[in-house]
Amino acid sequence: MNFWNFVSQNRLEIADLALEHLWLVGISTLLAVAIGIPLGILITRRPALHKPVIATANIIQTIPSLALFGFLLPAPWIGDRAGRLAILALMLYSLLPLIRNTYTGIRNVDPAVVETARGMGLTDSQLLFKVELPLAASVILAGVRVALVISIGLATIAAAIGAGGLGELIFRGLAMVNNSVILAGAVPAALMALIADTILGWLEKRFAPQRSN
Amino acid sequence: MSEAVIEFRDVCNCLANGREILRNLNLDVSRGEVLVLLGRSGSGKTTALKLVNRLLETSSGELRVEGRQVRSWNPIELRRHIGYAIQEVGLFPHYTVERNIGLVPSIENWPKEKIRTRVLELLKLVGLPSDIISRYPHELSGGQRQRVGVARALGADPPILLMDEPFGALDPLTRADLQREFLTLQRELRKTVVFVTHDLHEALFLGTRIALLDEGRLVSINPRDGFLSSSDPLVMKYVEAFSGLDHIRGLK
Repeated sequence: MNFWNFVSQNRLEIADLALEHLWLVGISTLLAVAIGIPLGILITRRPALHKPVIATANIIQTIPSLALFGFLLPAPWIGDRAGRLAILALMLYSLLPLIRNTYTGIRNVDPAVVETARGMGLTDSQLLFKVELPLAASVILAGVRVALVISIGLATIAAAIGAGGLGELIFRGLAMVNNSVILAGAVPAALMALIADTILGWLEKRFAPQRSN
Repeated sequence: MSEAVIEFRDVCNCLANGREILRNLNLDVSRGEVLVLLGRSGSGKTTALKLVNRLLETSSGELRVEGRQVRSWNPIELRRHIGYAIQEVGLFPHYTVERNIGLVPSIENWPKEKIRTRVLELLKLVGLPSDIISRYPHELSGGQRQRVGVARALGADPPILLMDEPFGALDPLTRADLQREFLTLQRELRKTVVFVTHDLHEALFLGTRIALLDEGRLVSINPRDGFLSSSDPLVMKYVEAFSGLDHIRGLK
């Protein structure tokens, strides 16, 4: 059975798995954004926290994904459902690019701009929301882009713990030694990553500040 | 002498490692004058300036603005009372000229119409055409950018203006234009200005009085006319360094 035949005969299942995949990636990325961006902002305000936070996120990043899924398995509530576990693991992997890019984006705002903003009497939150975040937006979006693309790839491994997603087809294909089945999982995942990358890349450009020299 | 708006009394500023940047500064800035802080790099002039709007904090001594200790001012309120312009301008690159100039008024909840009127008035004041209002900073020349910077500092009509080498990065011709315009502006507005520069010509051209700082200490303070004839050795040395043009001509 060739690839195209397999895809057309199983298109409903593939679509289901793709949706599941999107769900895992989408929820985990949203959580990572909700945690990573505030953490990135926090470490620009509390320099003493910078090293420990970045180091922790770095260490998480180095744990092999299969092992991370395994580590989290005994966790209460989280370990009850494969989906929860996969979302948590993907979220943890997405944290580093988000924290780092938020921090870098804010720190790279022209010091003269920050100084005059403070000198004009902007409060700390006005400085953050009116000046720093808008000017760091494209760098932060670049972090979201990296996190999203990594997540889409990593989420295929979530199938190993039964969390579903396109990885299901890849593992099934591996077991059956059937390339068509592997590809039916891998190609949509790759396409998803490409599309996410393109959309975020476009957003990133739109938010890039015009530099005054 | 008229009322002192800014008063330095034995003001010191030290770094965390104990190094003294500013030592026992005593200085009064009177209402409506342009006080120039003159000195070489590292003389403490910028530090003295930033103590006034609390971008830096006084380590010891007393510093008063409008008769009130700066420490008892709310820093945000204090800064909105004081315009601030620096050499790098620091315009917000994501805002148009209008939003740059109108930022403080808009934070202070001025009605939209009033902000627009104020921005147009300020543009006229600093000699910019009104159609520049919707441009972004990167679309302006260096001179235009600095004019917008000055207009922004004047945004909410603060009675005090702090200027840190605002014309230092401009080419000599543009700089001369802006210095002349600044004088005209000041004659009209009568702000209390503290102006930091290392350029003697600029100091003599703009200052009502000139305070020379060296290594964190006030060396001398003179009215503009008295500066060149001062017998203080450091003043004479500074003046000498700037009369070097004849020396270069002599080489030919």
